[in-house]
Amino acid sequence: MVHQTHDRDDYDFPETPNEINLTEMAEEANFQAMLEEYPRQAAAYQYSGLSRRSFMKIMGASLALTGAGLAGCVAEPPDEQIIPYARQPEEIIPGIPLFFASAMTLGGYTTGLLIETQEGRPTRIEGNPQHPASVGASNVFIQASILHLYDPERSIEARKDGQSSDWETFLEELAGVLEDAGDGAGLRILTETVTSPTLATQIETLLENYPAARWVQYEPVAQDNAVAGSRLAFDADVNTVYNFAEADVILSLDADFMSSMPGSLRYARDFMDRRRVREDQTEMSRLYALESSPTITGATADERLAMKASDVEAFARALAAALGVDAGDAPQFAPWPEEWFEAVVADLEGSSGSSIVIAGPEQTPVVHALAHAINAALGNVGSTVTYTDSVVASPVITTEDLAALTEEMNNGDVDALIIIGGNPAYNAPADIAFADALEQVPFSMHLSMYADETSQLSTWHIPSTHYIEEWSDGRAFDGTASIVQPPIGPLWDTVHSAHEILAALNGTEGTPFEILQANWESNYEGDDFESFWRLALHDGVVPDSAFEATSPSLRGDLASALGEAGFGQSAGLEIVFRPDATIWDGRFANNAWLQELPTPLTKVTWDMAALVSPETAEELGVVNEEVVALTLDGRTIEAPIFTQIGMAPDTIVVTLGYGGDITAQEDAPSNRNVYGMRTTTNMWHGVSVRVENTGATYNLATSRWVEDMPETDAARAGTLRTFIDDPDFAHIEHSGGANLIPPIIYDGYAWGMSIDLTSCIGCNACMIACQMENNIPTVGKEAVESGRDMSWIRIDTYYITEGETVETRFQPVACVHCEMAPCELVCPVEATIHDHEGINNMVYNRCIGTRYCSANCPYTVRRFNFEKYASELPIMQEYRNPNVSVRVEGVMEKCTYCTQRINMARIAANNENRLIEDGEITPACAGACPTQAIIFGNINEEDARVTRLKEQPHDYGLLEELNTIPRTTYLARITNPNDALHGSSEEG
Amino acid sequence: MLKDEKPFRAAGQASATFESEARPWSTPGEVTNKVTSVIFRDTPLWWWFAFVVSLGLLGLYVVMFLSIAIRGTYLWGINVPVVWGMGIVNLIFWIGIGHAGTFISAFLLLMRQHWRGAFSRFAEAMTLFAVAVAGIFPLLHLGRIELFYYILPYPNTMILHPQFRSPLVWDSLAILTYATVSLIFWYIDLIPDLGAMRDKAKRLWVKRAYGAAAMGWRGESRHWSALHRTAYMLAAIATPLVISVHSVIGLDFAVAQVPGWHHTIFPPFFVAGAIFSGLAMVLIFAVLFRSGFGLSGLITDNHIDNAAKLMLVTGLIVTYGYLIENFAAWFTDHDYEVALAVERALGTYAPLYWGMIISNAVIIQALWFKRVRRNNTALVIISIFVLIGMWLERFVIVPVSLSFPYLESGWTTFQWTIWDVLTIVAPFGLFLVPMLLFMRFLPLLPIHETQQVAIEEGGHE
Repeated sequence: MVHQTHDRDDYDFPETPNEINLTEMAEEANFQAMLEEYPRQAAAYQYSGLSRRSFMKIMGASLALTGAGLAGCVAEPPDEQIIPYARQPEEIIPGIPLFFASAMTLGGYTTGLLIETQEGRPTRIEGNPQHPASVGASNVFIQASILHLYDPERSIEARKDGQSSDWETFLEELAGVLEDAGDGAGLRILTETVTSPTLATQIETLLENYPAARWVQYEPVAQDNAVAGSRLAFDADVNTVYNFAEADVILSLDADFMSSMPGSLRYARDFMDRRRVREDQTEMSRLYALESSPTITGATADERLAMKASDVEAFARALAAALGVDAGDAPQFAPWPEEWFEAVVADLEGSSGSSIVIAGPEQTPVVHALAHAINAALGNVGSTVTYTDSVVASPVITTEDLAALTEEMNNGDVDALIIIGGNPAYNAPADIAFADALEQVPFSMHLSMYADETSQLSTWHIPSTHYIEEWSDGRAFDGTASIVQPPIGPLWDTVHSAHEILAALNGTEGTPFEILQANWESNYEGDDFESFWRLALHDGVVPDSAFEATSPSLRGDLASALGEAGFGQSAGLEIVFRPDATIWDGRFANNAWLQELPTPLTKVTWDMAALVSPETAEELGVVNEEVVALTLDGRTIEAPIFTQIGMAPDTIVVTLGYGGDITAQEDAPSNRNVYGMRTTTNMWHGVSVRVENTGATYNLATSRWVEDMPETDAARAGTLRTFIDDPDFAHIEHSGGANLIPPIIYDGYAWGMSIDLTSCIGCNACMIACQMENNIPTVGKEAVESGRDMSWIRIDTYYITEGETVETRFQPVACVHCEMAPCELVCPVEATIHDHEGINNMVYNRCIGTRYCSANCPYTVRRFNFEKYASELPIMQEYRNPNVSVRVEGVMEKCTYCTQRINMARIAANNENRLIEDGEITPACAGACPTQAIIFGNINEEDARVTRLKEQPHDYGLLEELNTIPRTTYLARITNPNDALHGSSEEG
Repeated sequence: MLKDEKPFRAAGQASATFESEARPWSTPGEVTNKVTSVIFRDTPLWWWFAFVVSLGLLGLYVVMFLSIAIRGTYLWGINVPVVWGMGIVNLIFWIGIGHAGTFISAFLLLMRQHWRGAFSRFAEAMTLFAVAVAGIFPLLHLGRIELFYYILPYPNTMILHPQFRSPLVWDSLAILTYATVSLIFWYIDLIPDLGAMRDKAKRLWVKRAYGAAAMGWRGESRHWSALHRTAYMLAAIATPLVISVHSVIGLDFAVAQVPGWHHTIFPPFFVAGAIFSGLAMVLIFAVLFRSGFGLSGLITDNHIDNAAKLMLVTGLIVTYGYLIENFAAWFTDHDYEVALAVERALGTYAPLYWGMIISNAVIIQALWFKRVRRNNTALVIISIFVLIGMWLERFVIVPVSLSFPYLESGWTTFQWTIWDVLTIVAPFGLFLVPMLLFMRFLPLLPIHETQQVAIEEGGHE
């Protein structure tokens, strides 16, 4: 949604009624008329000014609602029975949230999650500990997805040729089209990647009914190269699942497996579980990473090599040859340091069966095939690398599929095109003129959440449901199936799901729930479907649904299949296309949280920047914020330059998703659309890009990363060898520590936190989680530029250059709850005080906004509400956490250790006459973190996890020399570099 | 009658050769006539011109104040970490200006420096109006202005009191005290002159107005006696305020741990700086009044000379402060202080820092020379530079130090907006309007004191 700083008085709301008589309301003549004419306004009318009590009455009086024909306009549970998750009482109790297990699909693959609802309203999303792809964690996309449910700019109106219409009219027209369809020769259905068993079954049925019809899949960030690589290696479609928990040595061939691959959350957790260095545990994996663009996997790696994207294939070939894999000759040129290569070979050979070579989805199919061959040669298959059947229902090369479809459309062979989701008119490759072809199709329909480019060119636009409000299912990276269970029915009467569309096409009756359940029941082979169903809904995981391991065999003629290594080193600049770390392929462009989130590593917010290394920038003669025109094969886009330290040479990285119609950014420049440049032959990188300085400049709003560790030595790090030799390496002698004031004794609970810098991968999940939990507003690009962003927790990023290598250190910084807090000393009105459990409290209603506390905070963690940032649109208030005040302008705010969660745990414990147990309280940031880098607990408890972590020798406090005695301390970052590559052992 | 005549004899005799205009106004009556004649003539044209311009600035001030009070502090260029900007910089600037007035009225009174009489009236008025301007800034810079009273110790049902360890609370009490005492002191001292004005007035309503203000002053010896006792007592109260108020302002920063703020020298450094900038303003007015109103017999070259010497002394103390800051950073090897010192002198704000050094430390060295101290134009120019330099010093202390917090990820610069410029310029309207009114309707010099000085210097009884 467009960022709002002030009210938008679009709606004319009535006074808050103390009693809402729904029947009377429904009977009012003009109310009915209003419902029919302006469904959006009617729904908003219902939300306006509803007190919690009134809302409860509506919940209870849902019958009256249904009778009046208003079903679906309020957030009431679906008519079907849904099963809440975990330890909840029978009824809804105001103030006690209910959690429902569900799942979200991105790129086709689902990740399980829990949706927290307050009085029936979904307010938060967090990970599902029982789901293999989530293991309790979540990423920024999963968490921020809740905003799209409540987005006021979401499409809720069916449109035909640009005019508003309705579902019934669509069904009529569709029926007519299907009558003439015959065997379906002119019928095409275009979806994104599908793993949903039910949707796949429905499409199968469609193809059976219309044998000549075709099912096409396309999305801009698809696993095409993996599919092609699998076919190249095995002559079959296989799905690869990695077990990082067993891996000692990992080589990433441009694979950002910790953030942007299916299963990333799980991989990050498993990877880090092999790196929890403690006093009594000093075994650590080693990660070698090749990267062509800045990724958090590369930043976390022990040994990182920035390399041009086109050189990765040569490296893979050379590696295969060196490991004795029969996959062709090594290439003639080797644009990488020889000792680096030797080190990788040596380490991989030394860890057969416990190593992983993983190819990035953006790398060529040859690289994927080689990775399979190398893993086989190293004996990893069956231990760290497992193959299963394809999780995707019908694996295809999506660009080929789309190209074929577009040709048919251009030839007039397509009479009816049903597009489910996606936005192909915007994000099709530039050499597939899908948008033009779409105009040729006589009858087309686009089901989507926004009236985007594709919807505008289609005959029909049907507004789509959000996954939180309609039934579906899907499969995760390892095949595990989940039922997408909605805690609420659709917010609007007019939105529909893909299952409804397919049902209409197939002529089947039933709601999505019925279709879903019927599909599962038909495939169920046990005797108690009811219990099975209830368990699946409760846990969010269909039990035992992970795919079995298969044993595909490499094709015998792999070497010849892979072709020649021939080509020479590419000259000139290369351009690399990557999904954006905050808006993915553009589908989240209307999400203000994600737009304002600083991109990991570059810290750019709101815009897309063309990233280059400082050396390349110098060669090109450009500086930050200068706009350049990038031309590849005659196609041009413009982007502001941003220099990123440590990047691959002669490479420009641009990200997908910008320049579209639907965006939360005001005055967004339109010539940033990378899809206008990306072709089927250059989906992920292109050689010989031309760069021209346009002479214009463009302001980029960025947070600040730091080059070289300043004297503060805020983020301390050492190698594993250093830690073994000198476990106290992270302690720095300093004067001070003397105190005139006697220390305060904390009996009872003493809350504290420990953050492991080894585990932090800089993914920003904690930032979004905090924003969601604490009702933190977005402020807009201009305010971020001025330095007024509102994040309570941020990831400080330090780049330490040593010779050729650049080491990256991430450090999450939020209020550290100093026992001797400088802020408390200087607040004139006692608006910030210390409580008896050690938390530095912020009393919003006492704050008069002198801002002295913010000046005196050495960590710069206090945020001030310079304006009234919180939107007052009723729909935007729905997802706010009712347990946290929304701050007005003029008051200070900061991290509170999620004091509302502490209080809830305390209430529960008091009611049960017991103490709060370790692990009962999880602040939002700790809960979201994929690698469990943040641990919270009671430091007075001897065996609490946090206490044991604080006893580690490499535990230290940020800026402890200022005598602040912080409750949040850090474990110094420990890496496991290869000594052979660094001469003698040294401090990292 | 005061007893310490010897120093003044010497001064008066030493300067006899310079004073050509002193003679005609040596008698008390002539002094009274001279001073009151400024008021009882027609309003000069330049006054109207200045008044209209000042009213314009005052109008801008009202716009600025209402905008920021109603719309919010976001209009300024402040952000996190630079949370204090024009509001605080100008607060310190204006209070600093006010301090010279109190210093002259109270401090110099207690030290029996009677030459102060030449300046004390308008300097004290300047104090009053400067403090009035300054006092609004702590309100304006609040996030929630309507709740400003939380900072005061008022009885309330929540049994909440302000957090007394905070220098801002000390600030609020200090500024309130200072304003109150300044007002009373100024007014008490004005009473004999109001009596004189009442006696000199021709029109009845003017006579009555001044009479009401004079509160029945008849010049009896017991009135004089009461006046002197009260004046000395108030001076005794006001004198420590000169030190305490700006020391408290200095403590606003010294108590904080921000690099660049956490210096123990700040309280005396700020006091010296305040008197420094205040004297600059006093000197500008003094020189203008001398020539503008032909008062050089009463505001003599010697008086100006002494004020200039005082300005030099306080300027040297301020210079010492700059040197000590940088020395301390180097000597203690405190990493953050060193980083700040380097950024301050060589970073984006370097022009402002060096402008400050040149204005405050370099240019005033000219005041060592008597010729410069006796040259009106030179004094005005130097004083203007001092005012600019002292404003820059507050800018360097407040936003510049805040721009470079401990954690480098937070380093952000101050973002200038038009409202910041308005906040600097418009308060001059609020200051000048009452100042011009004061010039027009109240005696610029304390008549009774000037009479004494004239008698002493002229040798009459």
